[in-house]
Amino acid sequence: MADTRPGKGYKLAVELKSWKELPIGGVVPGGAKPDMNKTGSWRSLRPIWNEEKCIQCLQCWMHCPDDSIEIKDQKMTGVDYDHCKGCGVCAGICPVAAIDMVPEGGDKCAR
Amino acid sequence: MRKVMTGHKAVAEAMRQIEPNVMAVYPITPQSEIAEYYAEYVHNGKVKTELVPVESEHSAMSACVGAAAAGGRVMTATASQGLALMVEILYIAASMRLPIGMALANRALSGPINIHCDHSDAYLARDCGAIQVFAESAQEAYDYTLLAQRLAERDQVRLPAIVNLDGFTLTHSVQVVEPLDDERAKKFVGEYTPVYPLLDVENPSTWGPFAMPDYYFELKRAQVAAMEAVPEAFLEVQKEYEQATGRAYRGFFEGYRLEDADRVLVVMGSTGGTAKVAVDELRAAGEKVGLLKVWLYRPFPYAAIADALAHVKQVAVLDRAVSFGAYGALYSDVATAFMHRERRPRLANYIYGLGGRDTTPEHLTRVLSEMKDAGPDEGLRYIGLRE
Repeated sequence: MADTRPGKGYKLAVELKSWKELPIGGVVPGGAKPDMNKTGSWRSLRPIWNEEKCIQCLQCWMHCPDDSIEIKDQKMTGVDYDHCKGCGVCAGICPVAAIDMVPEGGDKCAR
Repeated sequence: MRKVMTGHKAVAEAMRQIEPNVMAVYPITPQSEIAEYYAEYVHNGKVKTELVPVESEHSAMSACVGAAAAGGRVMTATASQGLALMVEILYIAASMRLPIGMALANRALSGPINIHCDHSDAYLARDCGAIQVFAESAQEAYDYTLLAQRLAERDQVRLPAIVNLDGFTLTHSVQVVEPLDDERAKKFVGEYTPVYPLLDVENPSTWGPFAMPDYYFELKRAQVAAMEAVPEAFLEVQKEYEQATGRAYRGFFEGYRLEDADRVLVVMGSTGGTAKVAVDELRAAGEKVGLLKVWLYRPFPYAAIADALAHVKQVAVLDRAVSFGAYGALYSDVATAFMHRERRPRLANYIYGLGGRDTTPEHLTRVLSEMKDAGPDEGLRYIGLRE
């Protein structure tokens, strides 16, 4: 049977390195990329896009401070929930109220 | 060739020879003449440095950090309040392991507003992770500006380095200085090779990332290792300087008539010169007194200082700044050096020279004389203070 006491039997998803293995000055060689850190987990409000109401003006895409409005062929296709922090700027700027901000939690957890 | 110049000019000359890619300064009056001299070199085409006059000392250090992360050799100069405003970013420069060279014209921190010499600015930056060296004379300030840059840029070190020179006493008074010829100075300092330069767009890197509780501690420990590499590198660089120039700086501090001394002063900066006069006077009268003048202040050479003072009976440590609610910072370090030694000299802590108060050879002969009869001593004593 697995030992479930804190710190026993668990394996961390990411192996933490010793101080001797770290690059100088905390540099991330190769550059830190968004897929290395899914910052969407901070979100407390989730933007819900209503495709029927959307007029594809792309104001949300222009104003999103986190590049989290997904675009394909110059059309909005949804929200990148891995990185959206739920600031609500998209909902605020939308001229046709096509984005609702709903609390995270319940059966619609961010991750 | 021997020349006559101020400490500021001597440091500016060394910086001209180092010729950093970027020098970011806040040109307030009187920032320090170092920046003024350097601006003149830039204007006259003597250096190719990009001089960035920014809107505050906080921005000066920020620009230095950016330029150094981009891959440049970077220097700056400041004093007292300016250093205080830089300190926030100086911690970041050290944590990012950027070998930024800095001249610090030591002046008292406000308040009251003062502008004259003491070491409160250097003590403020004591724990920021930068190397700190103290110069006794304009000549030492010149030599250590070259030495410190080479030291800072060593692979295993890569830390900011501050060369302290006493405000006015060294910065504005004219002394005889013998600079190296340009070629020799440049050869000694050498080429700078950055790591992960941001301007290397083929090999991108991210600098200054967020470090949560899972990594902050490890990154700080790695910074400790960089500091631990300094003493050995310091001695190596001194040796290289001696080979290249014939000028011998040997060790973390200068011992003056120390070998057989019973009573010793421990000081940093220009007061070393004053202390030598006091020591000579008392030696002429047959008294066994000496001096230990600290060059390398951070990292502090605990063991070497305890060894050098092992035979001494009484030591007076002179601090040119108050650490309110505590003994002087230098005293605390010297006392710590003896912590695990069985044989310890009797230590006394003197505060002196605050806000540019003159400290004369007479003051110091008095300290050396009163030490002889002093009983066990606790608390601070003051030199040249009106009671």
